[in-house]
Amino acid sequence: MTYLIALLPLILVCATAVAVMLGIAWQRHHASTVLTAVVGLNLALLSLVAVHQVAPFETLLVAVDGLAIFGAVLVLVSTLACATLAHAYLEHYRGPREEFYLLLLCAAAGGLVLVSSRHMATLFFGLELLSMPLYGMLAYAFHERRSLEAGIKYLVLSAAATAFLLFGMALAYAQTGRLDLAGLTAGLGEGGGAWGLAGAGLILVGLGFKLSLVPFHLWTPDVYEGGPGPAATFLASASKVAVVIVLLRLVIESPAFAHVGVHQILAVLAFASMLIGNLLALTQANLKRLLGYSSIAHFGYLLVALVVAEGLAVETAAVYLVMYVVTTLGAFGVVTLVSSRDISGDAAALHHYRGLFWRRPYLTAVLTVALLSLAGIPFTAGFIGKFYIVALGVEAGRWWLVGGLIVGSAIGLYYYLRVMVTLYLVEPGMQRHDAPHDWGTRAGGVVVLGLAALVVLLGVYPTPIIEWAAALGVAHG
Amino acid sequence: MTLVGLIVIPFLGGLLCWLAERRGDRLPRWIALGTMALELLLTLGVWLSHDFSLPSPGGEASTWAMEWRVPWIPRFGIEVHLALDGLSLVLIALTGFLGMLAVLCSWREIVRRVGFFHLNLLWILGGVVGVFLAIDLFLFFFFWEMMLVPMYFLIALWGHSGSEGRTRIRAATKFFIYTQASGLLMLVSILGLVFAHHAATGEYSFSYDALRDVTLSEPVAMWLMLGFFIAFAVKLPVVPLHGWLPDAHAQAPTAGSVDLAGILLKTAAYGMLRFALPFFPEASQAFAPVAMALGVVGIFYGAVLACGQNDIKRLVAYTSISHMGFVLIGIYAGTSLALQGVVMLMVAHAFSAAGLFILSGQLYERLHTRDMREMGGLWGRAGGLSGFTLCFVAASLGLPGTANFLGEFMVLFGSFSVAPWTVVIASGGLVLAAVYSLLLMQRVHFGPPKDSAPLADLDGREYGMLLGLLALVLLFGLYPQPLLDTTGAAMSEVQRLFGNTELLDATLTWEAS
Repeated sequence: MTYLIALLPLILVCATAVAVMLGIAWQRHHASTVLTAVVGLNLALLSLVAVHQVAPFETLLVAVDGLAIFGAVLVLVSTLACATLAHAYLEHYRGPREEFYLLLLCAAAGGLVLVSSRHMATLFFGLELLSMPLYGMLAYAFHERRSLEAGIKYLVLSAAATAFLLFGMALAYAQTGRLDLAGLTAGLGEGGGAWGLAGAGLILVGLGFKLSLVPFHLWTPDVYEGGPGPAATFLASASKVAVVIVLLRLVIESPAFAHVGVHQILAVLAFASMLIGNLLALTQANLKRLLGYSSIAHFGYLLVALVVAEGLAVETAAVYLVMYVVTTLGAFGVVTLVSSRDISGDAAALHHYRGLFWRRPYLTAVLTVALLSLAGIPFTAGFIGKFYIVALGVEAGRWWLVGGLIVGSAIGLYYYLRVMVTLYLVEPGMQRHDAPHDWGTRAGGVVVLGLAALVVLLGVYPTPIIEWAAALGVAHG
Repeated sequence: MTLVGLIVIPFLGGLLCWLAERRGDRLPRWIALGTMALELLLTLGVWLSHDFSLPSPGGEASTWAMEWRVPWIPRFGIEVHLALDGLSLVLIALTGFLGMLAVLCSWREIVRRVGFFHLNLLWILGGVVGVFLAIDLFLFFFFWEMMLVPMYFLIALWGHSGSEGRTRIRAATKFFIYTQASGLLMLVSILGLVFAHHAATGEYSFSYDALRDVTLSEPVAMWLMLGFFIAFAVKLPVVPLHGWLPDAHAQAPTAGSVDLAGILLKTAAYGMLRFALPFFPEASQAFAPVAMALGVVGIFYGAVLACGQNDIKRLVAYTSISHMGFVLIGIYAGTSLALQGVVMLMVAHAFSAAGLFILSGQLYERLHTRDMREMGGLWGRAGGLSGFTLCFVAASLGLPGTANFLGEFMVLFGSFSVAPWTVVIASGGLVLAAVYSLLLMQRVHFGPPKDSAPLADLDGREYGMLLGLLALVLLFGLYPQPLLDTTGAAMSEVQRLFGNTELLDATLTWEAS
């Protein structure tokens, strides 16, 4: 029974996926498909309350502890937001619309497996289940060149990263003969030895690719730009959260990752991601590309928590993830809503947004709040996240990383402000892209408005999230 | 609760202005004016009902006239902790008054998106009041960074474009990046202080009183002090870090310039007085010669560059740099006379700079240029405008009888005992002040006229604003005692913490006489 309860969210999401598939086979109907998906996801989210009662709970393959529940909440909330946004986005889409939700649910299931994995098998299984549907989602508008390109690019590079990951696992297995994290921990001992270290490095490459850390970031802007809005949203939120959680677990538990060398590599990756991500974003004229580069920088900031990996690290990572996910969902949500009326590609070029404020004041306010939050300005959630990262860096005395963060966010401000002021400039010419007039009363609009309210609320009163993050229990092997 | 009210009123007023935009352009203006009037009245009410006289000598804990605290983020011991003493009171009253002026001077100038303009204007003022009241360092930083956003919009959206088209956005971005990046340095310093406190006591706290007692090793204290100093130095501005100021002033709308020069620059001096000196007395003491040297450099640099400007607002902006040099010297001299002079000079500069910026704005409304080469011979054409310019120019160059004279005199006199040579050199700046002030007068109002057609005379609103400012300049120039009494306790507290005790006797006897 405990097993059932602990795995209930996963079971519910999978069952919903099956239900959606059968529904499509029986009769295509967009609205009811969305409804099924959303109800299923909400049930899964509710079931987490029950899961919380039985946590911590462990089997050989999965560990359902505080961190896993935390990750599951973020993944499910992101998926819910994506499903709602997809409804608005796909309404005017001419091709088949319903399969998108099937892919979305499968990817969400992958995310759920990943956040609770404590065995290389579940790690790999979860990661692939998360990535495979994403290829389909990114290339969903396959009649369009950019979308197809995004999907294929992600597929090819992702496969390469998976190869690295598998090879890393194989090396670790060769060293210890075990595949579960606890066994690896015991087998590797202090430092981990040359093979263990090499394995850890290769696993890091594989996961670093998914997080698009510099230098594994080359796919990010193209995929963000080409993929349909909801798919890019999912890629930027749920998929990254799940990978960060699993990386966090690895870094905290496994001694091979506690090696000084690995920490230094992580620190270099963090520093490079902050600076290069922000620098590359400077000259972008496309909002989705810009958000892509900015996400590279943000995961650079987040990596500081993994570099430190003690004291406040887990709490910092958790708080930052919440802030990042809420903000990113808001920003991508607006992009998706603005794009939703047009079937020929997304409205992502900056000039589409020129003067948006004077036509859609509230929608623009949402995007402004999201951008301010990404820039880490007070009164928004992003500020609390940045505060945590700086605090952690200062406490651990990682002055290089703190310096990188300061320089990075100064650079970042430039492009966030550029986008922001574009929104408010007076519009000289005609307008091609726009959100529907009644966007505010539709589901997608409500979600976006709610997210913006949440960003401000968490920025002003972050205590609940902080308490939750501070109380996160990580089951130790 | 009054303290919360002081912060919340401008924010609420701003939102109301935005909502009232649908009902026409006049309503937001009146709401904004009423909001700031209410703010000012509330502050004056507090001033009348509380006693700000000197506390008993040797009193240990800092004495606040009013205090308000509730827990906010208990995880780190962060509180919403507001407190008010004489210094913050004076500066908040200044904010209220200049806020009213800012609303009034944009009455004709701002014609597009009036509601949103006043939302930004009032939110800046709300943020500034928050800075003056917050004594929890997290909250202070919160407001410190937050007020940049509406200021950015004010410059970027309602600013005047320079010659190369998009320069107002560039100026706004420059302003924002300068201040935000330096603010992050301060955040690092604050956190360093907090973790030092945590290491000593095992508790997280961002409270002013708790962090003041932290003992730090000498190099650490120096680094942390520099973090604070750089953040404040950018905003003041101190010379190598001043790059944003002339652009921001020149491109901002009149209301923005008035706010920037009148209030935003003062938050930096306030920060030094309230935080940088009391937290790191020894490190500040060691750093004082450098800071004073920077002040002297600022005085001359600002004055010399002011002489070479063609844009009237840039000229006034550079004079601000020059005046803030005196403020910096006074702060780091640390005698109570110099510190009192700093407060005096801050208030006086707020009035005279606001007056000059308002006058430039009115000239711009009439001539549609800020280029002084296009002006000349306005005396007699522009009615009362020329006369008022003469008065404010006289105040700016520190003519006796104006508050500016008193401020500069007290700063120089008070600093002499600490750094005689600095004062001797800095006094040379007063000559340059006369040069650039008269240059402005000569180039704009005298000389051969470009055109003989008379310009529109000042209307009642403009007369009222300028007359009010002028009356205050003269009032504080002739009878400064109420102001000095109000801030005396706060300044002697700073002076005590900064630790120039041997000079206390000398200055106290002067005050008594």
